[in-house]
Amino acid sequence: MKPIPDGATRWRTWWVRSTEGVIELWIRVCGFSSVILVAAILFFIFREAFPVLRQPDFSMAEFLGSVEWYPTSVQRVRFGALGLMVGTAAVTGVSLLLSVPAGLGAAIFLSEFCQGRTREVLKVVIELLAAIPSVVWGFVGLTVMSRVLVWATPAAVGVNLLNGALILALMSLPVIVSLAEDALRAVPDAHREAAEALGATRWQLTWRVLLPGARRGILAAVLLGTGRAVGETMAVLMATGNAVNIPTSLFDPVRTLTANIAAELGEAPAGSDHYRVLFLTGVLLFGITLVINLLAERLVRGGAKSR
Amino acid sequence: MVNLAQAWAEAYAGVEPGVRVEVSGGGSGVGVAALIRGSADLANSSRDLKASEAEAALKATGKEPREYVVGYDALAIYVHRDNPLESITLEQLRELFAVDGRISRWSELGVRLPNPRHDRIVRVGRQSSGGTFEFLRHRVLEDRDFRLGTLELNGSKEVVELIANTPTAIGYSGMGYAVAGVKLLRVAERVGDEAVAPSPEATISGRYPIARSLLVYGLGEPRPEVKAYLAWILSDAGQGWLTVTGFVPVPPERRQPGGRLVEVSR
Repeated sequence: MKPIPDGATRWRTWWVRSTEGVIELWIRVCGFSSVILVAAILFFIFREAFPVLRQPDFSMAEFLGSVEWYPTSVQRVRFGALGLMVGTAAVTGVSLLLSVPAGLGAAIFLSEFCQGRTREVLKVVIELLAAIPSVVWGFVGLTVMSRVLVWATPAAVGVNLLNGALILALMSLPVIVSLAEDALRAVPDAHREAAEALGATRWQLTWRVLLPGARRGILAAVLLGTGRAVGETMAVLMATGNAVNIPTSLFDPVRTLTANIAAELGEAPAGSDHYRVLFLTGVLLFGITLVINLLAERLVRGGAKSR
Repeated sequence: MVNLAQAWAEAYAGVEPGVRVEVSGGGSGVGVAALIRGSADLANSSRDLKASEAEAALKATGKEPREYVVGYDALAIYVHRDNPLESITLEQLRELFAVDGRISRWSELGVRLPNPRHDRIVRVGRQSSGGTFEFLRHRVLEDRDFRLGTLELNGSKEVVELIANTPTAIGYSGMGYAVAGVKLLRVAERVGDEAVAPSPEATISGRYPIARSLLVYGLGEPRPEVKAYLAWILSDAGQGWLTVTGFVPVPPERRQPGGRLVEVSR
């Protein structure tokens, strides 16, 4: 026999339904908030940057093709961002050359060659690397690394391309290691067992089975590490020497797009050409990291599908 | 001059505990921009206010900027301690730092560094928001641009510390920032002139060629608290901090607590 709903029960049902609606809406808003935020940031950067494109004395060819970055020149203001772009590419590239082999090695060791306590301790320490703030890294580059480099290499000055790349490599290492390790562990055990049953050594197993099996995940790890390196600001500002320069050796000081924005946005009067061009370099950076992240995303998805 | 401003602010907390002076750094351009925005009462600057900045301040706030001379600074040319060079002329500095300069090796200055591999000169300076950057560009480079590849560091202290660690470096910074590992060059206006070492006396007398005034800018008639602070800065107690931080105090007969109105062309 069904109880007849009295006033209190009816009220409770109504309350439960409506609060559930509110909570659901709230969660939905939270879910979409990142999309809204990204869209708002994009809108803001583009809005601040675009007016300079219509300025008669601004030339896109000069922006993309000239090294001459003289934003406050008395004689003729020039906004050539080529040196900054090459600086970013050089620092990121060299840092990848250092961090990818080291990170992959660490990931292989963690997932295949060690167990128990060693593994746990190593994992925690590597994750701890990711928790060090970037100013601290920059400070290490400026004070410790620069002296080591002057002592150990033919570099005339300790803050240079190699210093920035080393610091960035250390910073992107935790990202690369933990993602690559996840990818390696996701290779089904059946593959390992099959290889071992065929008499493969551990080295053959790693090289011919695990790395090919996890290649998409590893590539995604590398790309996300790259994204981290391209976007890093404070550490590279302090460690690279901050000189607009097309580097011809590892020991030349350089300046990156990010460091340039950090160093100059504070002084550029809001609304001036200099201010807008800095936002334009922000658009450029956004484009670069967007492409890298989309690529990583696609590779991870593709990896999941093919399995 | 951010270290001076900080020393003042900290000392003033003991003089007038009810007034809190907050200091933020980043270069003269940053301070002036904050003054125009209205987020600061006073802007310390080691260069003159530009006509465009004075106009922008008047437009944004309706008040005319007022300038207070609070001290002097000699811009020193630093090299590494082991560098045999003792003096330099403004002409040579221009050849070194300007975009069309022709000196890029120590041998071209007639200098042999202890390590024969070290011949390429590493040029060190401030980033373009620093008043020091603009002062040197105006006074020494005669408004020419700096050569690309010059290291632009964040602060005066960083410049000197980097030179102390870099045998091939030459750079400019306030003379108050000298540390053990560097040498301050004597500077001559042109070849044949007497090369003068940076010192408080040579700065006040004007014999040292690259000296400048340290300025504070405010807008309109200052509020009573700000006015009291400015008066304290120009008192003997406030001026004592210039010597402590390596700058040069204003001689008593030259002090003007009322400041000077900046001309704004409309």
